[in-house]
Amino acid sequence: MNIEGWAEIVLTIGLAVGLGWPLGIYMARVWQGERTWLDPVLGPVERAYNALVGLKPDKGQGWLAYTLSLLAFSAASFLFLYAILRLQGHLPLNPQGFAGMAPDLAFNTAISFVTNTNWQFYSGESAASHFSQMAGFTVQNFASAAAAIAVAAAMARAFAANRGETLGNFWTDLFRISFYILLPLSVAIGLCLAALGVPQVLLAHVDAHTIEGAKQSIALGPVASQEAIKMLGTNGGGFFNANSAHPFENPNPLSNLIEMVSMNVLAFACVVAFGRVTGLRREARALVVVMTLMVTAAAGAIYWAETQPTPALMAAHVHAIPNMEGKEVRFGAAATAVFAAMTTGASCGAINGWHESFTPVGGGVAMFMIQLAEMLPGGVGSGLYGMIVMALVAVFVAGLMVGRTPEYLGKKIEAREMKLAMLAVLILTASILLFAAAAAVLPVALKTVSASGPHGLSEILYAYTSATGNNGSAFGGLGSNSYWNVTMAIAMWLGRFGYVVPVLAIAGGLVVKPKLEPTAGTLPTHGTLFVSLLIGVILILGGLQYFPAQALGPIVEHFQMLAVTKS
Amino acid sequence: MTSAVTAKPHGALLGRAGPQGALLRRAALDSFVKLDPRRLTGNPVILATEVVAVLATASFVDAALRHAPVSFALQIALWLWATVLFANFAESVAEGRGKAAADSLRAARVTTKAKLLTDPEKGVIALVASHELVPGQIILVESGDVIPADGEIIEGVASVNESAITGESAPVIRESGGDRSAVTGGTTIVSDWLRIRVTSGPGTSFLDRMIAMVEGANRRKTPNEIALAVLLAGLTLVFMVAVVSLLGLGKYSGVKLDPIILGALFVCLIPTTIGGLLSAVGIAGMDRLLKVNVLATSGRAVEAAGDVDTLLLDKTGTITFGNRMATEVVAAPGVPEERALMAAVMASIADDTAEGRSILELAREQHGLVVPVPAKFTAIPFSATTRLSGLDSDGVQWRKGAVDAIYRLVGLTPSEVPREVLATVERISRSGGTPLACAQDGKLVGVIHLKDVVKPGVKERFADLRRMGLRTVMITGDNPVTAATIASEAGVDDFLAEATPEDKLRLIREEQKKGRLVAMCGDGSNDAPALAQADVGVAMQTGTQAAREAGNMVDLDSDPTKLIEIVEVGKQLLITRGALTTFSIANDVAKYFAIIPAMFVVSLPALSAINIMGLANPHSAILSAVIFNALVIVALIPLALRGVKYRAIGAGPLLSQNLLIYGLGGVIAPFIGIKAIDLLIHAINLA
Repeated sequence: MNIEGWAEIVLTIGLAVGLGWPLGIYMARVWQGERTWLDPVLGPVERAYNALVGLKPDKGQGWLAYTLSLLAFSAASFLFLYAILRLQGHLPLNPQGFAGMAPDLAFNTAISFVTNTNWQFYSGESAASHFSQMAGFTVQNFASAAAAIAVAAAMARAFAANRGETLGNFWTDLFRISFYILLPLSVAIGLCLAALGVPQVLLAHVDAHTIEGAKQSIALGPVASQEAIKMLGTNGGGFFNANSAHPFENPNPLSNLIEMVSMNVLAFACVVAFGRVTGLRREARALVVVMTLMVTAAAGAIYWAETQPTPALMAAHVHAIPNMEGKEVRFGAAATAVFAAMTTGASCGAINGWHESFTPVGGGVAMFMIQLAEMLPGGVGSGLYGMIVMALVAVFVAGLMVGRTPEYLGKKIEAREMKLAMLAVLILTASILLFAAAAAVLPVALKTVSASGPHGLSEILYAYTSATGNNGSAFGGLGSNSYWNVTMAIAMWLGRFGYVVPVLAIAGGLVVKPKLEPTAGTLPTHGTLFVSLLIGVILILGGLQYFPAQALGPIVEHFQMLAVTKS
Repeated sequence: MTSAVTAKPHGALLGRAGPQGALLRRAALDSFVKLDPRRLTGNPVILATEVVAVLATASFVDAALRHAPVSFALQIALWLWATVLFANFAESVAEGRGKAAADSLRAARVTTKAKLLTDPEKGVIALVASHELVPGQIILVESGDVIPADGEIIEGVASVNESAITGESAPVIRESGGDRSAVTGGTTIVSDWLRIRVTSGPGTSFLDRMIAMVEGANRRKTPNEIALAVLLAGLTLVFMVAVVSLLGLGKYSGVKLDPIILGALFVCLIPTTIGGLLSAVGIAGMDRLLKVNVLATSGRAVEAAGDVDTLLLDKTGTITFGNRMATEVVAAPGVPEERALMAAVMASIADDTAEGRSILELAREQHGLVVPVPAKFTAIPFSATTRLSGLDSDGVQWRKGAVDAIYRLVGLTPSEVPREVLATVERISRSGGTPLACAQDGKLVGVIHLKDVVKPGVKERFADLRRMGLRTVMITGDNPVTAATIASEAGVDDFLAEATPEDKLRLIREEQKKGRLVAMCGDGSNDAPALAQADVGVAMQTGTQAAREAGNMVDLDSDPTKLIEIVEVGKQLLITRGALTTFSIANDVAKYFAIIPAMFVVSLPALSAINIMGLANPHSAILSAVIFNALVIVALIPLALRGVKYRAIGAGPLLSQNLLIYGLGGVIAPFIGIKAIDLLIHAINLA
């Protein structure tokens, strides 16, 4: 560890928060249908879109209609993507001549991209055609991110309204978020990345002759365009199998910084926008502080763990060399640690290191970040609504201690909200732990797990954690078979819609409630006290759910590792 | 009229609860009756505990049959049963206190003979049993009779002893017409007679309702209680998932998992502490209201009391003493001050009203002037036509009265009155007071300032309320000038002057439209709509039947300042609930550090590193956690019944204080407790 490393962590996260601020102010304008500087260009497009789908943008939807629209859109997206993947052999832009994906793999992959997970059981450069990458994956990278941000916008409207009726219009939100936010940002970042050397071509590969005289085929493709939205939309599905550790996806420290900032900036922006729309800026700031502190702490923990010489290295008397196992050599331990914390905290899932090869503590922290329900700062949109669910639970438990029935941001929290919030929490926990427990004993699942002992358990646990959290990063070591393809797909589906539907139902309940004015007797939901309360509740609730499972994976592995050297 | 703002609780109903020992014995027995799982369906946490206790018992029996070691399984099973019993006991103790009070109320509900007027015109009487009376019938009650049913007086004035209900033995006057026309079945008429129209049928009387409320028979779960129960059930399911997943994860890791240990882990994790105490907390809240002699018709009302944002307070009796009092005597120009004061006192010596007495008191307290009552005098009583009073003694005429009446008496037209006097009268009127002029032998000598005096301590009380986040609105029939003066003196946030019952109702609706919860108290029939509209409506026991039915609380002491106590009880109830929930969840951290290493250490010795408490061995670690989990319920019963103390220090400080005690304390306490139990059971060789 050194001061430069710590500075890198703090500056990277600081930059994401700092840029999230103006972006959030702009995002609030987009959510509220106000004029933006892009109106001259996009206004006509939007009017044409409205005319095309017969949409009256002012016509709001109740929570059920909003939810059904989102589900219908996701179902259609799934079918569309599934068809592309199955039929890619017959579709254009297939210079490599890839055949269609197998049904179970296509099923897994389609759900993966529609749920903003981007878990990849295939290896991009050797299984997906350019058409699949562009018309399939990149489109879903936009659509799934826009849908999640739409849910956040609906949540903001629920808290802003005083005895309101509707949560806004899903189709309007989807369009405006895609075209006013994601598209221009992706173009800008894509151009930056291309300028930094990320390829953007339709060639399949170039052939190179190595110094040894061997002939090497180097895969290419439209990488830059996908890379930008992969990070911005917290998708994380790499063009190449090695993801952001591949020099064509992430060529140098500057591109690394751009990618790291991109994958957190919109999550922070969503919270800022939430504060603007609800008029509760101090309260939104408190949420930003919680997210920032926790992701920084996680990056610090991973950085600490990954710079400790392992007992094995000590025994081999090579501890003078930093422990670079699993880290990207080009960027160093700090940049890998902060990347790992930001990607697991953000449900992104892009990686520039290999989480499986981290020390047990480093890998365990990364896994725990996903288990904390992806809200530090969380995926685009999902970070905000995940945090709101946690805040509801925190306020409900502790808020009673000020002597009033609990309320959050002027809305009373009653049995309905608790029922839905606990349902959302339960679905995540059940999906992660029960799928992992089943895979840990079923021979069909264990067949493709490469490691044994606690490390193997970590592989299994991480996989379902990543799928359910819609993260998509892999611990590694897992091979795919139809059991994994199907169960992981279900976990991804549960993690997305098993959470979004209760969240929208909560929003629907809150929007009709009267907005209460705070009094001196109201629990303050900003400031140090609330920030500590929320952090405490997140850590304790998360810890209570996953401590036993983690004890059998990373925790025991850590102590076994220490014990080996002692003996 | 009580002078203090704080109500003095008679504790009448609770006083009847009987000896503590008998109550606890009955509760102990009752906690076994409650083992019936059908009675636990409303409490999923404790029901789940009972299911695990049954499984643990089965596992013990199974081990015994196989001649395997049974000591551990037996102890776990017993402590799990103890956990359920302790939770039941907590509820029974809370219920028991109400039940005992109900029993003594039942004693008042004796069947008596009622004198039914079959023909009221001619006064024909038939004797019927009190339970045969139906609403609408007219009955006669006479001195010494027990009033056989609730009713409305249609004729007569009588004093009634209502101690059976209020615990207050001084009789009260009940009369037809006005706001004191309601009588309650079970009370005794001490003098005179009444004709009463029966308003309640059998089983629906005020006394019946009181018994039901006190006993908790009608106690439905309140909205917040339901929401909390949902959270607890959700946590129970989450922990069930966490424990069940260990079956698979443990098998993979080569850990041999004893089902009894998994069961123990599950029970330790689920929020048994709050689950066991939740209903006791609710009942105890009603109980605390009872202690200040307030009956709530529903738990919902108690909960709403904690949430109240706006308090509507009647000026008279709540904020000010009922009567105006003299605060100064201003001499007319050219008249020595002592003479003016003397005139005011002499004119008041024969005046028996509170205003008259306050003039004597002012002279004595502030000027040290004590005038002996003259041996011979002629009192001139106040009359509506003269609008003055006084006395003649030793040939001197002392008079005081309305200003224009005195002007007329002394023969001055308003333009002839000295300017200084006019200015004083003007000043007093403008400040909301009432000026009285006094005269000696037909000569104007001074002006007395009468004003509404704010009760001592009221201002501080309202400042407390403001810190609690409550807005106070004073309701008065006075004109806006007077109202504004009193309002600023008392420190209320707002006032409603020249208020009619319709204004009150409108004000409540407006406040509610802004999302505020409103509390008020009232006694008259015309208060009934407002009482019904308010979120917390406290009817006075002395009030009309209509008012008592419209409100959701009845104050047996009929003390309007009680509203403040009621709000505090509501807040205390919610705080206690939150504190126990926080404590319960925070406890789990330590239990993990006790049980997880114990569960896995045999197969994965490296995990002994997280046995940070250094517990003796796996069995003692698990047993200690289970025992702690059971004992903490018993240890917290007093807190659940007494309630966490509420202090008006604002929400932020209050939260940080309670978070420190119940959150941080909840994390730390079990580390100490489990370690201590472990040392003990290891020392006496239980595990």
